[in-house]
Amino acid sequence: MDNNGNIRDRIQDAMAGHDARYIEIRVEDVEGSQIRYRGKELEEIGHSTGVGGCIRALVGGWGFVSFNDLDGLREKVATAVRNARLVGEKDVSLAPVEPVVDIVPPVVVKDPLAVPLHDKKSLLDQYAETVWRVPGVTTSSVRYGDSRRNRIFATSEGTYIEQGQVDVSMHLSAAARDGGEVQQSSLSLGSNGDYSFVETLHGDAEAMAHRAVDLVKAPQVKGGEYTVVLDPVLAGVFIHEAFGHLSEADHVYENQQLRDIMVMGRRFGGPHINVVDGAAVPGLRGSYKYDSEGVPSTKTYLLREGSLVGRLHSRETAAAMGEVPTGNARAISSQFPPIVRMTNTYIEPGDSTFEEMISDIKDGLYVRNWYGGMTTMEQFTFSAGESFAIRNGKVEELMRPVLLSGNLFTTLENLDAIADDLDMNQGGGCGKGGQSPLPVSNGSPHIRIQKCLIGGTA
Amino acid sequence: MASGGNGKDRGNPAIDPFVEALLERAMKVSAAAEVFHVRHRDEPVIFEANRLKLVESRESAGVALRIIKDGKIGFSSTSDFRDPGKLVDKALEMSPFGPEARLEFPAHRDFSPVDVYDEETASFPVEDMAELGQAAVDRLVRHSPDLTCDGTVAKGVTTLTVLNSSGGAASYTKSVFSVFLHGTVVKGEDMLLVSDGKSWCRPIQDTTEIVESIEAQLDLSRTVAQAPVGDVPVVFSPRGFVGALLSPLMAGFSGKAVLQGVSPLVGKQGQRLIDERFSLWDDPTVAYATGSRMCDDEGMPARKLSLVSSGTIGTFLYDLQSAAQAGVESTASAHRGISSLPSPGSSVIVVDGGDTSYEEMLRDMGTGLVVERLLGAGQSNILGGDFNANVLLGYRVEDGRVVGRVKNTVISGNVYKVLENVRAIEKETHWVGGSIRTPSLYAHSVSVSAK
Repeated sequence: MDNNGNIRDRIQDAMAGHDARYIEIRVEDVEGSQIRYRGKELEEIGHSTGVGGCIRALVGGWGFVSFNDLDGLREKVATAVRNARLVGEKDVSLAPVEPVVDIVPPVVVKDPLAVPLHDKKSLLDQYAETVWRVPGVTTSSVRYGDSRRNRIFATSEGTYIEQGQVDVSMHLSAAARDGGEVQQSSLSLGSNGDYSFVETLHGDAEAMAHRAVDLVKAPQVKGGEYTVVLDPVLAGVFIHEAFGHLSEADHVYENQQLRDIMVMGRRFGGPHINVVDGAAVPGLRGSYKYDSEGVPSTKTYLLREGSLVGRLHSRETAAAMGEVPTGNARAISSQFPPIVRMTNTYIEPGDSTFEEMISDIKDGLYVRNWYGGMTTMEQFTFSAGESFAIRNGKVEELMRPVLLSGNLFTTLENLDAIADDLDMNQGGGCGKGGQSPLPVSNGSPHIRIQKCLIGGTA
Repeated sequence: MASGGNGKDRGNPAIDPFVEALLERAMKVSAAAEVFHVRHRDEPVIFEANRLKLVESRESAGVALRIIKDGKIGFSSTSDFRDPGKLVDKALEMSPFGPEARLEFPAHRDFSPVDVYDEETASFPVEDMAELGQAAVDRLVRHSPDLTCDGTVAKGVTTLTVLNSSGGAASYTKSVFSVFLHGTVVKGEDMLLVSDGKSWCRPIQDTTEIVESIEAQLDLSRTVAQAPVGDVPVVFSPRGFVGALLSPLMAGFSGKAVLQGVSPLVGKQGQRLIDERFSLWDDPTVAYATGSRMCDDEGMPARKLSLVSSGTIGTFLYDLQSAAQAGVESTASAHRGISSLPSPGSSVIVVDGGDTSYEEMLRDMGTGLVVERLLGAGQSNILGGDFNANVLLGYRVEDGRVVGRVKNTVISGNVYKVLENVRAIEKETHWVGGSIRTPSLYAHSVSVSAK
């Protein structure tokens, strides 16, 4: 933004005098770079900048307008109000929040945007080289991205916030081929404002490359039900899919049957299960001070001792359910309206250990790392990057990656052990409503699930 | 100006003076340059819990500059049009670190017309979109009063321009109209999700097909049935085929994957790897399909490509750079967003129909599974052709008819193994979304596990 004093006045002027119950304006600029290697070869190095804004207006229902061109803001507000009027009767209300005026600089430990391009390239050269040195690797990819986003948010209620965010991410992958068989492995990492997070991955990159090569020779898992032990990375993806999404109140607030299922106090698992989401948990990829509605971030318990005790809200869903906003309304960019999202989601540590968990497993699987996860609330999937057989209490040979399938009403019930080694995965990006990948983190200690359904050979 | 046929009627616009000025500026400091420019607006109306919730008007524009300087590619992009000089400076700053330029920008200025614009879509009143969507939602709720329905009716117009220092110039406008409906039925601890939708360059005024498809899903799903397990005969419906098999299959046709040696199709061109009844095309010339286009995102004239011809592996998909690296011609398969360089990909996938009716397939299978929608597909080793997913919507078949919906069920397999020898291919083909047309596909056996 060239001149924030000036833009603040323009925003205030543009909002004044419209026939709407509520108006908000977001304006942001973003700058970043991306570098991509395929194999040993640099494939892309580029710089991008952007500017944009959006307006949301509430009359009966919502009207929304987004744009790159910041001229004519007042007419754009009028369009948003007109759109809202088109929706007609709809009794949306917003939970009250105190108006805030604040300027929040980005959290920066080692600013990725200040690191010379030459240094970034030579770091990536090293990673590409590390992966390639491993015999049997057919190809690799290395992707780096960083961005600095400055957001201005103002409402007709008097809130005015300037907030900055610096994000850095790294994705490495390796693939190996033997005849028609191709296997791959990958590694994702991100940070809120700290380049040093991505500087020391040499050992991890090498291990990842070995994994791809080993997987080509690894046997496939037979489909069916297994006792599984999940590493913290995959367990984080599990809790994100198994319970995190259903805790987003926009999935339930207008559906009475779902509200009946997600009733406070309902038990979903044993008393050893405690699950948290919160952007107020500092120093993580999903941490921030204010959400995209200007609501201060919080730390929310979703499950406490296995029972539902909280959920994630926007101002609208909080009002509709008679609950308190939690600061979870997030918009990925100024092209989108905010929707209810997770931030940093994790299972709290328990009192078991990895060794105890596997000690009484006769025939099970140890599943690690992740390809992804998806949910439709009742059914969900989470995919492991690699798996190992567990026999008679010992982790044995490497097996091919598997897809694990869960059910809201049984899988958490079957989560029977939680270790004490909580670790957060900062490499994830979450997708919802076309807004992807949103920076989030998730995590967990090692956990064990009984009777987990796994796809595989017959 | 470059455009296919009568520019005005087809919505082909004059080239933005900003784009021309930017190219000129870039050519002064580089050996070769290319400007890619996109302007987009769309207006979705969004339904939540059976009612209209939100009306949006969205506009965006962006420009990307690719230069070749000292044999290397510099790249920069922005959505901020206030300072074109900065874009040139940034591309120059990137180029010493950039990849070696193998490509040459094409000089095409004349393109065969492809119909992708309809003024009726562009001018379709938002009020009528709201009405059309509400009528469809109301009809579904009348059919199933316990249904909670969300949906989107949207229209959009995109103008895309590519201009380069070889004299190449292309610009066209595309309109897209889309209707997507999703329904949820919750009963105790059972949730049923149903959905369908379509996009097309012309307005979708009649939603009957979409509504009837969802009604059929609801009717077939009222009873829950145990999934057959083990190696089971499976019919992939058109959506099931797209969900399970298409992305792992297409991953192998990427010219980049072939170049790197990670496609299972490396060295297999001209060989029959797939059932000889199976033919697959990438055809960007289909009138009004949403993936169609007169040229790709690098200004290469679009043409119909044969990927699998009666089971034999045909062409792979290349953009300019990957084609030059492979020593072949670009197949006009470049796709790109604003903020990154192009990558090869497909435009409009067409699978030829076979000789069996859907009913005949079900009659043939005895006990089997119909796969309609999947969850988690694509989140596995698709590069190797594997598929692995939860069956989000699928039906158990007994004696030629659907007896109920399966739950807590996963399927697993490899697309090349499934397609090597299929049991049958459906006679009729069906559009899935607006850029894939395919029949149902009947596999001898796929591994199914269930609780």
